[in-house]
Formats: sequence, structure tokens, C-alpha cells
Amino acid sequence: MSAAQQPVYDTDMPASALPEALCRTWNPHTGLWNWLTSVDHKSIALRYMVTAFAFLILGGILALAMRLQLAQPELRLLSPDIYNQFFTMHGTTMMFLFAVPVMEAVAIYLVPLMVGARIIAFPRLNAFSYWVYLFGGCMIWVAFFVNAGPDAGWFSYVPLAGPEYGAGKRSDLWAQLITFTEISALAVAVEIVVTVFRMRAPGMGLNRIPVFVWAMLVTSFSIIFAMPSVVVGSSMLISDRLLATHFFNPAEGGDALLWQHLFWFFGHPEVYIIFIPAVGMASMIVETAARRPLFGYPLVVLSLISIGFLSFGLWVHHMFAAGLPRMGNSFFSASSMAIAIPTGAQIFCWIATWWDGRLRITTSVLFVIGFMILFVLGGLSGIMIASVPFDLQATDTYFIVGHIHYVLLGGAVAPLLGAVYHWFPKFTGRTLSERLGAWNYWLYLLGANLTFAPMLILGLRGMTRRIFTYPPGFGWADLNLIATIGSFVLGLSFLIFLINVARALTLPRVCAANPWDAPTLEWATASPPPPYNFAFTPLAESRWPLWSNRSGALPYATGLRTDRKEIIITTAVEAQAVLRDIAPAPTIWPLLAAIVTTGMLVGSIYTPSALVYGAIPVGLALVGWLYPRKAEAELPSQEEKSA
Amino acid sequence: MSAKLDVRHLRDYDLNGGMPIWLGTLAFMIIEGSGFAMAIAAYLYLQSQNPDWPLGPKLPDPMLGGVLALFLLVTEIPNQWIKRRIRAFNLKNVRIGLLLMSAIGLAALAFRAFEFGFLNIRWDTNAFGSIVWALIFLHTTHVIVDVVETWIMTAMMFIGPVDARRFGDLIENAEYWDFVVFTWLPVYFFIYWAPRWLAH
Repeated sequence: MSAAQQPVYDTDMPASALPEALCRTWNPHTGLWNWLTSVDHKSIALRYMVTAFAFLILGGILALAMRLQLAQPELRLLSPDIYNQFFTMHGTTMMFLFAVPVMEAVAIYLVPLMVGARIIAFPRLNAFSYWVYLFGGCMIWVAFFVNAGPDAGWFSYVPLAGPEYGAGKRSDLWAQLITFTEISALAVAVEIVVTVFRMRAPGMGLNRIPVFVWAMLVTSFSIIFAMPSVVVGSSMLISDRLLATHFFNPAEGGDALLWQHLFWFFGHPEVYIIFIPAVGMASMIVETAARRPLFGYPLVVLSLISIGFLSFGLWVHHMFAAGLPRMGNSFFSASSMAIAIPTGAQIFCWIATWWDGRLRITTSVLFVIGFMILFVLGGLSGIMIASVPFDLQATDTYFIVGHIHYVLLGGAVAPLLGAVYHWFPKFTGRTLSERLGAWNYWLYLLGANLTFAPMLILGLRGMTRRIFTYPPGFGWADLNLIATIGSFVLGLSFLIFLINVARALTLPRVCAANPWDAPTLEWATASPPPPYNFAFTPLAESRWPLWSNRSGALPYATGLRTDRKEIIITTAVEAQAVLRDIAPAPTIWPLLAAIVTTGMLVGSIYTPSALVYGAIPVGLALVGWLYPRKAEAELPSQEEKSA
Repeated sequence: MSAKLDVRHLRDYDLNGGMPIWLGTLAFMIIEGSGFAMAIAAYLYLQSQNPDWPLGPKLPDPMLGGVLALFLLVTEIPNQWIKRRIRAFNLKNVRIGLLLMSAIGLAALAFRAFEFGFLNIRWDTNAFGSIVWALIFLHTTHVIVDVVETWIMTAMMFIGPVDARRFGDLIENAEYWDFVVFTWLPVYFFIYWAPRWLAH
């Protein structure tokens, strides 16, 4: 019984012997077994990132194929059916398999480091979430390669996706993919919330939390409150298709618009689930590059929180053309415009930070500037369609396609790329080329505008979305050609990004712990960090620990054991150290649980009884996962009980 | 670097909501509670779209679900008792309490199995049947999860390993039973009484 063994504490050995002792405890396996059983948040996060970027490339290839198809009138590169699958898979991949997971991936890596923790909360659940995400993504892409890809659009409206019109298994596979991504996203959201509320470095009160961590906290709460809606919706969709229920069938009292409500009650916060982390990343890049504290920290944090709240009051603006009562539309119109205020406040805070700072222009900063340019254009087109009369004209046209891409490439992908340039040294111990980075950025800015500005005009000229071709003589051909050229410029930009990453990975790991002279705790440990993140848990005595302790005298806590994986638990508001907790060892069970969960979910597409039979191995895997192997903490003595 | 805080004296278990697992369980309850809320919202939406709600042919019979509601409320007495015994680290009483709660769980599942017959409608009859079955299915999965968890916890407390940290898991298990009990009340109302009292 390990609790009876003589405990070994970090102060029992010289500081030079500590890293080796911690490595033995925190990373006992090597090779393939280590890879399959790892519960290290950094290792899992890197897998998430690589997988998400792989899906980005796949989704991007679909986009280029669609742009080629639309480059000129009446082309026949893609058949109408294949085209339907392409745009559905493009949207589904980019939203569910790239944008949300990649933001969570960055958070899985950085949030524990930024709050000075050794692990993410529930590391085995974290590993499980990754495997489920990977298997779900593979399922839908395998289906696509065998011509069973979903074809009803990324929001899968009924009745098109319902049993009457959506024959075959295509929409079932889509609905079940949503289940996979829900499980994964909800698990990560809970991990982040608990990491932020229970595992911050002692002293890191609420007013000292890095902005990105605030952003991820708001995002995680958005996921927690938004996802159940699509859980309910996608379960109803698949049961309408497989169990003959009638949730969306008007002939038996169901209602097709119920799907739209359930989907967009999730779907609109989803946009902010992607956007808010990006804003958090940008704020931290801005602060470091300006070499002064972020202007208006409380305003930025309150803006993030208010965006989180407001994002739940917008969903009906996706349904202005659905014939809802006018009074309701007016409220949603007003809240859609109101969300521009906190968003604008943050951008002014960044400008003020730069104004007063000594700005260093790096590729990360370029991407933040690109974020502002593209997102303002996306936001302004958003304010236009927040107006109901305009929206009625623009709905289902390329104006909407242009708008959403401006918002997402501006508000999410640009700051994400900036974040990769900024934190790549921490992830890998290597630095990306700034020269290639500049090419990456300028081609990105040029490509995005060349691709999506013509779409806004095409929408105003009446080109509807999701048409696989169009006749000549409508005045659409030239603009479509420009958009196609732009999309290849954008593709070239991403190719340069990949080359930059591949090139950097061949370089030696020589990066310093804090190459940008940044102020937050993730830069207080080596690049890349060791398995235990921090040999001693740092104390946060200011919002910018590394700037306020330039003498190198960062204070820290002692008294954790080295013979087991121990961490410090702190209070939610003041972050006072109150408990020690024991982190789980590496284990194969999350992978096994993900495999049997996948079997159950995929099986249920073909026979509902798979849910019943499949629950048995899932239950056994969970028992194997959670059943304790040994006693860890002795029962309190009689004196302790009475105390 | 300079040492400023020694955490050696801190405990490595807590039974009063201090551990990450407690907050994690709460977060999952919020997620599942939101799921119930969305299903009820869907119920109300479908009702608003149908002037002849509930769509018939017969209304669900509230008798057995009502008995289950009373039964579940009564189980809160042993459930609160076992929480106090867990916090006192009284292993003998905890074992007795867990055996009792395991039997209670089995009884609740038996009630639920018979209750399906009292719904008087199939899920594929019409949208009313679909949403009623969705609500009861949602709640039943929670009952099953907590009952199976209680059985496993019971086995653990007899077979071992028993340590102070596991008592924290027992508290969460008991709190999850609270969640199962109290979510049944609104779900029961919407399955059986809303069709009578809230319909047009």
C-alpha cells in the first residue's frame, strides 16, 4: 500500500536531483506504449493540433475543388451530388473537426501552464476526448470516401436531412459525428473550468488570471450551456430517422423549425466558442509585443464575459427568413447589433496598448492586425444582416457565405495562426521563420480578401449559395473567377505555413524558456516544458509574474511528494492553497473506452439495439478506467476525525 | 527562485467540495440539467405549435410515476443519512447504507420498467409520444448510470481498496442520486400533468 510507504518530498533531495525524480514519476513509459497511454496534457494537445490541422487541409482541398467548379459558368468538374457532399463536408469539417477542436487544443496545452499547474484537470478524460474526436472524424471521412458523405449542409436542416428526403445513411453519419464532437468538446470544457477554478497557482486571484485563460473559461461555459441543445437536437434527428419518432414531422404534430431552434441555440454560441479563444490569444500577443501591460484588463475581461452572455441571445437571427413573429425578430436584431459593442471595446483596448507601448512587429502581431482588418469587415457585413429587411434579401446568398468566411478567417483563423507563431517555441523548443511568416501573412490577407470580397458582391447580385453551377449571362462569372484565384492564393499561404512548420521541426531545440520576454507563467518553464511542467509550483504575486520578478526570483511552493504525481488545489476566487491532489498515472483505458464508445455509436446507426449491447463494453471500460488499483490516502485517525 | 509556501501539511482528500472531482461532477450535472431543460423547451415548443395538444389517443396515467416520485423523495432520507456517515468515515454504516441504496436503486429501476406501460402512447405514434418518451428515456439513463455506479461503489467498499479519497467519491455518488431524484419532479410534471393542466 503506497500510502504506507515512506513518502519522498521535493525538499528531501538537492534541487539538481529533482527533475530526474519527477520524470521517473510523471513519465514512466517510453515508446509506443507511452504514446498510447499518455495522459500528459501537452502530448494530447499536440495530437489535437496536428489532427485539427490535418482536417483543415482536407476541408481546404474540398474548398479549392468547389472554387474550381464555380470558376466559370456551367463547368462539370463535380456532379451535383458530389458537390452537395463537398460543401457539407467542408462546413462540417471546418466547424466541428477543425475550428472548435483546434481552439480547445491550444487551451489544453496552454491553460494549465498559464495558471502554473502541472496537469489539466481529469487528464484521462482529456485523453478519452481526443480519441473520441479522432475516431469520429475518421468515421465521417471514411463515409465520405465511400460516397456516403452527408449532403444536407453543415447545419443539416430538416426535412432535407429527415427520413423522408435524406435517404441512406448520410445524415445518420452526420448526426452521429455531432455526438462524437459533443462528447469531446464537453469533456474538454469541464476540464478547463475545473483547471481554472481549482488548480491555479497559489496567489493567482481572479484579477491575475491571464486573458486567454479568462477567454477559455467563458468559452467553456458557453460550450456547457450551448452543447446540450444540439445533443437534444441531433438525438431527435437520428431517432426520427431510425426509430420513426416525429419530432420534426409536421404530419404527426412535429415541427421542422424546432430543429432550427435547437441547432442555432447551439450554433450561434458556437461561432463565439471559436471567436472568444481567438480574442484571448490576440490579447496576449498584443501585450507581449507592446512590452507593456494590456490596456483596460478589466474591460477586456468584462467584454469577454458579456460576449459570452450575448451570444445566447442571437440564435434567431439565423432564422429571420423563417417567418417568426416580428416582435421577436426585433429583439434578436437589437442583440445582434449590441454584441458589436464589447467586441469593439476590445479592439480599442489593443490599439491603446500598442499606442502606449513599444511595439515589436512580429508575424504574430501581423496576424493580429490581419484579424482586426478581416474581422471588422466581417463584423460590418454582420451588422448589415442583423437588420431584418436586409437579411431577407441576403439570406441564402453568397453574401452570407462571404460574411461567415470573413468572420471566421478574420476572427478565428488569423489569430490562431498568430498564436502558433507566438507559442511555437513553447510547443517545440524551436522558432518559426519570420521571413516565411511574413509571406504567410501577406498572402493570407490578400487571398482572404480576393476570395471573400467578391462573394459579398455576388450575394448582392443574387447568387444563391450551394448551387453547383450557374448559367452564363448573370454577371457572376468574373467575380467567381477572382474568388477562385483568391482561394488558391489562400491555399498557397497555408502551404507556406506548413513548409515553415516542417522546416522548423528539422532545427535543433535551442529555444530559451522565454524568447519573447512575455509576462505569464507558461514562459517560466523550459521550452518545451518537462512532463511535470514545473519542478516547483510557482506563486503568482502579480498579473505579470515574469515582468515583476525580473531578478529571476520567482517565488514557489514546496512540500509536494515526488514518489507520486502530486499537485496543489487552490480556492476558486483567491487561489489559496488548500489541498494536495494526486494525478492519475498513464493508462490505456481511455483509449479502450473510446474504441468501444465508437463501436456503440457507429453500430447504433445500423441497429438501435447497438445502444443497449454497446453500453455493456462501455460500462466495463469505464469500470476498468475508474476502479482504484491501490489505496492512496490513509483513513483519518480518531483524533483527526474529531478535529 | 525562492520558496515561500510549504504545502506539506495540506490534506490529500476532502469531502466538502474542495476536490476537482466535485466541481467536475457539478459541471456534468449542469450539462445534463441543461439537456433536461432543452428537452422541456422542445416539449413546450411542440405544444405551442399544436392547437390540439396533447395529440392523444390517451393521456399518460400519472399513478405509477407519482408513486415513483414519492418513493424517490423518501429515498432522500437514507441518502442524506449515508452522506453524514461518509463524512464521519464510519465504514460499517457506510457499507450498510450502500447496500440499502443498491437495493433502492434496483427498486427504482423496477418501478421505471413498469412505468413505461403507463405512458399509454408509443414514441412513434405522434410528436407527443416522441417527446414524452424522450423525457423518460433521458431520465432513465440517469437512473441506470447512478444505480450501476452505486453497485460498483458498494463492491469497492467491501472488496477494497478503501481509503480516505474514495469517501469523496461516495459523496459525489450520493449527490448524483439527489440530482436523479430532483430532476424526476419536473420531468414527471411534464410527462403526466402538463398535458392535463397546460394544454390549450
